[in-house]
Amino acid sequence: MLKVRVIPCMLFNGFHLVKTISFGQIRNLGNPIQMARVYNSRNVDELIFIDLAATEERREPEYDTITEIMKECFMPVTIGGGITKIADVDRLMRIGADKIAINNAAIVCPEFITELAEKFGSQCVVISIDGKRVGEEHYVFTHRGTVNTGIPVTTWVEKVTARGAGEIFLTSVDQDGTMAGYNLPLIAAAADATTIPVIACGGAGKVQDIIDAVLAGHANAVSLASIFHYGGHTVNSIKERMHKAGIPVRLMRENYET
Amino acid sequence: MLANKIVIINYRMGNVASVQKGFKKIGAETILSHEKNDIENADYLVLPGVGAFGDGMKNLKELGLIEILNNRVLHEKTPFLGICLGMQLLATTGYEFGETPGLGWIKGKVIKLSVPEKFRLPHVGWDDIEIKRDTLLLQNIPGQNFYFVHSYHLAPNDATVTTSICTFGQDFAATIEKGNIYATQFHPEKSQTSGLMVLKNFLMSKRHA
Repeated sequence: MLKVRVIPCMLFNGFHLVKTISFGQIRNLGNPIQMARVYNSRNVDELIFIDLAATEERREPEYDTITEIMKECFMPVTIGGGITKIADVDRLMRIGADKIAINNAAIVCPEFITELAEKFGSQCVVISIDGKRVGEEHYVFTHRGTVNTGIPVTTWVEKVTARGAGEIFLTSVDQDGTMAGYNLPLIAAAADATTIPVIACGGAGKVQDIIDAVLAGHANAVSLASIFHYGGHTVNSIKERMHKAGIPVRLMRENYET
Repeated sequence: MLANKIVIINYRMGNVASVQKGFKKIGAETILSHEKNDIENADYLVLPGVGAFGDGMKNLKELGLIEILNNRVLHEKTPFLGICLGMQLLATTGYEFGETPGLGWIKGKVIKLSVPEKFRLPHVGWDDIEIKRDTLLLQNIPGQNFYFVHSYHLAPNDATVTTSICTFGQDFAATIEKGNIYATQFHPEKSQTSGLMVLKNFLMSKRHA
């Protein structure tokens, strides 16, 4: 049975890993290469690496850092941040990335999604969406949660699906880093509006939150960060609990050497 | 192992660097190449690949590799591993974006997974395999789940080549073995310890007389 993936999310600011709260209050979490090595040794299902600052600073992805991260990883890795053209994706693929995530670039030019899907296959195209609640509706925000595009999240989800996206990485700006639980209505609305997998991100503080995101939010995968650093959990301890709640997960022995 | 020449065929279809890295992790140096000379002298051949069936065949054709691969694999029985699209290309015919002839080493067709409405395609993520018959590739694997990313699958005419299946809305072949030809629909290079074991097992295969 297809497993629900538990995906550590590494947020990068161009120098080191960071954690944010509602996209602000940045805290330093250390070296991304070391962290990738730890996650690999723990047999995590996948990794997501997002360069938060690249688009804002108008720079390319940090290829050297990404190359070093990829050397540590024997699981699928998604790279996001600063990707604006086919050549960027081509280079990331050659370094060994499996999927790329685009956010702003897709909003600026939705045709880019189709171009990428045609060239690299839909499975490689992850659309990162930052959703924030305004009144009763959730809208797509850009520029690290500061600019409202005016597009309702569900409308955007339908559009990127039709354009050939392979997965949606959905972050709740409101819940980000709060550890107060996922935004379930947002996740459920997005998941129910598409046929492609949805990765829920933002707000996991306890294992029950993750279980809720899957059972009530219909998420196909959950992305986590704070809960590892501040919640005293490991990937495997979380998955054991998910398994007990009846969610199909991949349980692996840690540090198994071939 | 060092004396063996392992050639990963580089035909511009996706993530070949990861496959090379996977072999390196288990101590095997590989050559990434589409040069006939390298393929001619290979002890092991690996055909990875992510992308569409038509593009894959087109690239193999443009690089002039089909004849030499037929010779090395079908006649000289060089151990061969196809991964994902590299497995699908072994079929007689592919039906992704129209109809395209494949390498035809495994009689059968490549068709879209037929899944009920609530299933999401592509089939992406970790999924269990069920071993159907004894196969070298799956000896001593520490776990039976592997990383899949695909919407199409190879349906062989002769079911006995299928050594394991996966179930996603329907049963489909996860691994096949036919003489010196091995293939996986999943990505061993992305399946951590179980996947690395599959690569290691492949290198235990001997040229079939």
